[in-house]
Amino acid sequence: MILDGKAPTGPIETTWERHRSDMKLVNPANKRKYRILVVGTGLAGASAAATLGELGYNVEAFCYQDSPRRAHCIAAQGGINAAKNYPNDGDSVFRLFYDTIKGGDFRAREADVWRLAQVSNNIIDQCVAQGVPFARDYGGHLETRSFGGAQVSRTFYARGQTGQQLLLGAYSALSRQIRAGTVKMYPRTEMLDLVVVNGEAKGITLRDLITGEVRCHAGDAVVLCSGGYVNVFHLSTNAMGCSVTAMWKAYKKGAFLANPCYTQVHPTCIPQAGEYQSKLTLMSESLRNDGRCWVPRKREDVGKPPDAIPEDDRDYFLERKYPSYGNLAPRDVASRAVKEQCDDGRGVGPTGRGVYLDFKDAIRRLGEHELRERYGNLFEMYERITDEDAYKVPMRIYPAPHYAMGGLWVDYNLMSNIPGLFVLGEANFSVHGANRLGASALMQGLADGYFVIPYTIADYLARTKPGKVTASHPECRKSIEDVKAQAKRLLSVRGDRSVTDFKRELGNLMWHNCGMLRSNKSLSEALSTIPAIKEEFWQRVRVPGTSAEFNPQLENAGRAADFIEFAELLCRDALHRDESCGGHFRVEHQYEDGEARRNDARFCYSAAWEYKGEGAPPELHKEPLRFEHVHLMVRSYK
Amino acid sequence: MLDVVNEDLIREGKEPIAFDHDCREGICGMCSAVINGVPHGGFERTTVCQLHMRKFKDGDTLYIEPWRARAFPILRDLVVDRGTLDRLIQAGGYISCHTGGVPDGNALPISKGGADYAMDAAQCIGCGACVAACPNGAAMLFVGAKVAHLAVLPQGQVEAPERVAEMIQAMRDCGFGNCSNHYECEAVCPKGISVKFIAKLNREFLKALILAKTGPFKSSD
Repeated sequence: MILDGKAPTGPIETTWERHRSDMKLVNPANKRKYRILVVGTGLAGASAAATLGELGYNVEAFCYQDSPRRAHCIAAQGGINAAKNYPNDGDSVFRLFYDTIKGGDFRAREADVWRLAQVSNNIIDQCVAQGVPFARDYGGHLETRSFGGAQVSRTFYARGQTGQQLLLGAYSALSRQIRAGTVKMYPRTEMLDLVVVNGEAKGITLRDLITGEVRCHAGDAVVLCSGGYVNVFHLSTNAMGCSVTAMWKAYKKGAFLANPCYTQVHPTCIPQAGEYQSKLTLMSESLRNDGRCWVPRKREDVGKPPDAIPEDDRDYFLERKYPSYGNLAPRDVASRAVKEQCDDGRGVGPTGRGVYLDFKDAIRRLGEHELRERYGNLFEMYERITDEDAYKVPMRIYPAPHYAMGGLWVDYNLMSNIPGLFVLGEANFSVHGANRLGASALMQGLADGYFVIPYTIADYLARTKPGKVTASHPECRKSIEDVKAQAKRLLSVRGDRSVTDFKRELGNLMWHNCGMLRSNKSLSEALSTIPAIKEEFWQRVRVPGTSAEFNPQLENAGRAADFIEFAELLCRDALHRDESCGGHFRVEHQYEDGEARRNDARFCYSAAWEYKGEGAPPELHKEPLRFEHVHLMVRSYK
Repeated sequence: MLDVVNEDLIREGKEPIAFDHDCREGICGMCSAVINGVPHGGFERTTVCQLHMRKFKDGDTLYIEPWRARAFPILRDLVVDRGTLDRLIQAGGYISCHTGGVPDGNALPISKGGADYAMDAAQCIGCGACVAACPNGAAMLFVGAKVAHLAVLPQGQVEAPERVAEMIQAMRDCGFGNCSNHYECEAVCPKGISVKFIAKLNREFLKALILAKTGPFKSSD
């Protein structure tokens, strides 16, 4: 099937305005008759729930954490992009649009990206009004800094805690609506099924993580903001609880999952230190504004302390390879360059998997005080984890899985192919193409929640009668039974291997065979191994406790089971996309200098996969991508 | 470390220990445990999830307990219910502004000093260690940080007296105690939030009293 993203045609500058005036509205008195279920309360979920509640809808919001303030957006450090052009350095909506399309290696829908660039400015205004303490200059105006993949300074920030401050802004707006009674908040609940009635999304089934109760909430629309899936790899920068589960359950109920193979590996993470490590920690990309990446030029220098290696024997490889972007090359490009140096035997640190990120020159230029002001908390965090003082010795960094560009397929209205199911933020596939630029995730989450969904959901609701389905509907009852049966099945295996054990096995396989470099061979191998892991999981997993209690092991087991199934789809998508683009790098397809070689003749489309039942191969649907405002070209940062 | 203990317990067929954790970067505020009598373990500006075993000697015995406070009932093992912190924010820890229809971000200059002060307060991660460490189970550092963050910004000043009055009332209703200057909260705060914000809270409360937004002379308007 050829999918239609329903993006408006005509001059792109006015698409969103024209579309907004074409959409239907719900009259204020009728809004309160509609119930909207928002799953996840990160930037996208919290901003959507707050805004929809404020408009007068009846909103129910759900998160697995104990409070909506803890979603993993909170860990985003560097900043949020907007085309404000405050520094007067030539920025514009078009440039942000262009950089995002190019950064995504021409694999995203133009109109969606344009809208994102356009509303980016409103986001900054909104956050300032909420009291987000963005960095200011001495005149009291907003400060910006540069991020990868851009030659302008358009990234707004709040020290190294921008994600935290933006999330707390959205959380405060959400709290205000909870108090007003328009939003009912359900923390410590996990969505375990989507209820579809007559082809439309009408509810969710969840497990109360405290009591273990499984129940169904019915509504008129479901807004999924459940984040990304890179915890499918062992050791990512995601929080421990981040999972594919909500997305996967929607997929199994018929929602198309698009471009799962587009995963982002972030170049600047603290290298792995030991076997017991449970996750990796990111060091903000903003550090590459002032830090310089290097490795010893000669292999015999690898073991020496960095001070003992003279300037001439250091290879500032990013500056060498990408003179015009230098250390601010985009994430996929920089990650591969780092891996290349380490594979060449010039990696540093105890494992040889690391490169230096050196601030010596910045300290000389700006002084330690200024650096402390800009990145103080990041240096502190680095010291806490590695026990090294980065003001004195260079940091060591290595790439780690960080973000999922792929996700559930949505049209221009952010609605999936299941009417009534909207998908926002990282959980959808819409704007980042095959690679996301730094400081764009925060922008997308808030754009979707504050400025897109309030308009597009009305267009759907205006066409449906409120309250058609209640929790006593047979579909809801069946869904509850299914969820209970799954828990029972997990608990009844009573095997001898822990959930973590399986998760590690799967994650290591994915990292080695479907990580930064992928090939026909590695992917085929993964595809033949995953079914065996799945089989063994269902024979040997040990889940202690019962389902009628607070049982984190049971939660993890459910998530791991979904990750195992999802991993297969990810590899299948990666195998089918026989080209390199953005974060998806097939070793068979590269230029002589090692850059990704796209194949626009064959793959200029988004791949949306449809579930066809247990054991049956999923069906591929294509949404062709048309580029009318930017020219398809080789993405170069040289 | 608790992961490893739990892995062993599962292998031995025993019940693992339930504990809260999520980001493991010291920012989400989910982790919460009292280690050897001190919330988060007593290392400066460190959450439990960032507390490495290298800080202890081989053979040391660790005493791990849940947060202790009247306002945080225990759910299981090391897991407590901190919903009361959300209720404090819901009582007024926000600036009322509708989505859309706000002025340009640069329309209102904010002094660098003011923005920095707000940020110092705003970095609270809401973990509740301050409450757990306080002999009175007070949440005044938590409330003070939020009140100060918003009261110093021009856009937050409009509602400042009502905010402080309502948050203090909620503090009482939720079963939190009051500050009696032990400074244990600042000592354990993983973000090093200063008790100067409690002083700011008191000053803001005094303003609200004078404006008759709370207290015995509260006006009905």
